[in-house]
Amino acid sequence: MSKHTLAVLVENSPGVLARVAGLFSRRAYNIDSLAVGPTENPAISRMTIVINVESHSLEQVIRQLDKLVNVIHIAELKPSESVQAELILVKISATSKNRFDVDAVLETYDAVIVDESAETLTIEATGDAAKISDLLNALERFGIRELAQSGLVGIERGSRSLAERTLSVQSIPTAKSGQADYQN
Amino acid sequence: MSKKMSGASSLVKSLESAGVDVMFGIPGGAILPAYDPIFDSSIRHILVRHEQGAGHAATGYAQVTGRVGVCIATSGPGATNLVTPLADAAMDSVPMVAITGQVPSNAIGTDAFQEADIRGITMPFTKHNYLITDPDQIPRAIAEAFYIASSGRPGPVLVDIAKDALQKETDFVWPKELSLPGYRPQLEPVNQSILDAAALIAQSSKPVLYVGGGAIKANASKELLQLAELLGVPVVTTLMARGAFPDSHPLHYGMPGMHGTVGAVTALQKSDLLITLGARFDDRVTGKLSTFAVNAKVIHADIDPAEIGKNRFADVPVVGDLKRTIAALIPAVKAEFAKKAPDYSAWNASMNKLRATYPLGYDLPKDGSLSPQYVIERLSAITGPEAIYVAGVGQHQMWASQFVKYENPRTWLNSGGLGTMGYAVPAAMGAKVGAPDTPVWAIDGDGCFQMTNQELVTCALNNIPIKVAIINNESLGMVRQWQTLFYEGRYSNTSLESKRVPDFVKLADAMGCIGLTCDRPEDVDSIIKKANSINDQPVVVDFRVFKDAMVWPMVAAGTSNDDIMIAREMAPDWDSQEL
Ligand SMILES: Cc1ncc(C[n+]2csc(CCOP(=O)(O)OP(=O)(O)O)c2C)c(N)n1
Ligand SMILES: [Mg+2]
Repeated sequence: MSKHTLAVLVENSPGVLARVAGLFSRRAYNIDSLAVGPTENPAISRMTIVINVESHSLEQVIRQLDKLVNVIHIAELKPSESVQAELILVKISATSKNRFDVDAVLETYDAVIVDESAETLTIEATGDAAKISDLLNALERFGIRELAQSGLVGIERGSRSLAERTLSVQSIPTAKSGQADYQN
Repeated sequence: MSKKMSGASSLVKSLESAGVDVMFGIPGGAILPAYDPIFDSSIRHILVRHEQGAGHAATGYAQVTGRVGVCIATSGPGATNLVTPLADAAMDSVPMVAITGQVPSNAIGTDAFQEADIRGITMPFTKHNYLITDPDQIPRAIAEAFYIASSGRPGPVLVDIAKDALQKETDFVWPKELSLPGYRPQLEPVNQSILDAAALIAQSSKPVLYVGGGAIKANASKELLQLAELLGVPVVTTLMARGAFPDSHPLHYGMPGMHGTVGAVTALQKSDLLITLGARFDDRVTGKLSTFAVNAKVIHADIDPAEIGKNRFADVPVVGDLKRTIAALIPAVKAEFAKKAPDYSAWNASMNKLRATYPLGYDLPKDGSLSPQYVIERLSAITGPEAIYVAGVGQHQMWASQFVKYENPRTWLNSGGLGTMGYAVPAAMGAKVGAPDTPVWAIDGDGCFQMTNQELVTCALNNIPIKVAIINNESLGMVRQWQTLFYEGRYSNTSLESKRVPDFVKLADAMGCIGLTCDRPEDVDSIIKKANSINDQPVVVDFRVFKDAMVWPMVAAGTSNDDIMIAREMAPDWDSQEL
């Protein structure tokens, strides 16, 4: 089993999330997380998908994804060549007694308090999977009451952008008769 | 230039612009606005009796013509009745466009009358699909649908259109260009992969051409023949490829797979190089995958990159249109052979001997009753290889793939991937519409026939004179065969009693067809000739055959091709073969 992160540029069209999610489900590919959001181009959305590849090769997953008409480009984000982060909001039990200990943890992990009540604190943090999991472990002892976690998002290091490599698209002339043989 | 018209008129103009000459369908509330301009259109609309029939008819039409088959239905139940033919078309890579009406856009999501999320339902087995709520988008969606359905690896595309989009005013503008940034079928094979393939062929000593349905889709039969004769090695054609290579050709070993010939199955098993052309290593061909052709390297040529490496590792992948691929391969192989002439003679000799020892055959029933294989063999011999043969699913399908002699592509239609009972009659109807001057025989089971025979009414009323041979073994024969072999002959729910009820001759008559019956071997020829002489009406022949005939050879599901049986508890005598 190995984890891979894919950045997937898709057309911003209705149903595209269902198409991608449905593909993973019907071909029995394991998704660890899927995050989707807009990009610098309003016609294009970007998905970051973390998959656990076991019996299927990564190549096969990519090729099946690529068959979806709305999927424009797929790139694997290698950990060493990309920046990856997820966001958590976590509500923990905290009183004035342990507040000092909590602050120490937050400082270590660059986390911030975004809301507080008499007996709880809500903490926001971002980071890669390892950092988030360490933070959650450290917060465990205070008592985690509620956790909301985004999927992972990632972007390649360096100056290159995925979009500029993919969006030089040539258009296809429609045949006079659409039933003309496009193939031969 | 644009003109104000309804979305419905824009749809019909779009279909005309896409070159549609015929479509199969049934109207209903949500699609009704479209049926008004259809009334005036040059497109022939054939009113079927069940939407499943419309879908399979579109497939039959597409499979014989190579053009896009079109079906049309209303929302809800009309659309869901298309689900089976769409899934069928996806499995067998059939270019098809299905048009469905949808409830008005403001009612979508409210469980409105006859609302079904057909776009959601069909996502897994359409190549792409659309839900259109804006009438201005109709021409572009239709143009894209036809392009996607017919290019690359062909497949079905569904366009669902909300009723209000059909009713609203719009401008009809047929797009001059399509922009599909995520859809770029690769037609031209990469030259290096061709060179690698040729080199691998030259190094091999036991190559086999493993030919699949892609050869027919790509119209590559001519190139295939040239390549086969250049190599001079065994050719096998899968269930979807029957007819891609002439059965009469001495290099042809027939069909591989679960009910393939000993020659074809063994040639693959013993090969050291599978030259895979438009085939997909389906489990019905490979048997237990880990034991399939274990000593073979693989060249895998396919238009769909996702097929490569899906089931079997490819040493040399070649992505591209198969006609171009084979055409490029021929000179590359010639160049290799010029350096060093290959010697496949030992391989050919041993395979030839095996093939000669284990030809396809069957035993006549001991009680003198009619043999199903005999009926099909005679049907082929008398009607000839120019006709089109369309099968249902079951024993009769396998016998039709084994005992009809195919010489030409697009003369054998069947539901290979999905195995859809009920395919034959409507697919034959569509085939006959696509090839009106060619005799079309459906070879159907008594079980399958009872699923979709109502389309014979459509045929009778629309001058579509197909012929149907019902191979009436009064049972769900293929299932019964498995019960015989794997369930100790416990025949749970496989007896159809169809020699008693229904009376197929009367049924045919009631549907406006000629009904004939045959239960004696000596009458077979004359009844086939009689059926062949009737060309102004559909004909149904009830061939009342022996119930316990079985399909052989057989590789039991999930077992190795090495364990092929030529008859019950009878394996080939491998010891006397030198392989
Ligand atoms: C729609 C559908 N339902 C069930 C099956 C399972 N099935 C496969 S073959 C078969 C028997 C078909 O009977 P018949 O049409 O009489 O053909 P025979 O095998 O007797 O030649 C059945 C039930 C199927 N393939 N398709
Ligand atoms: Mg039967």
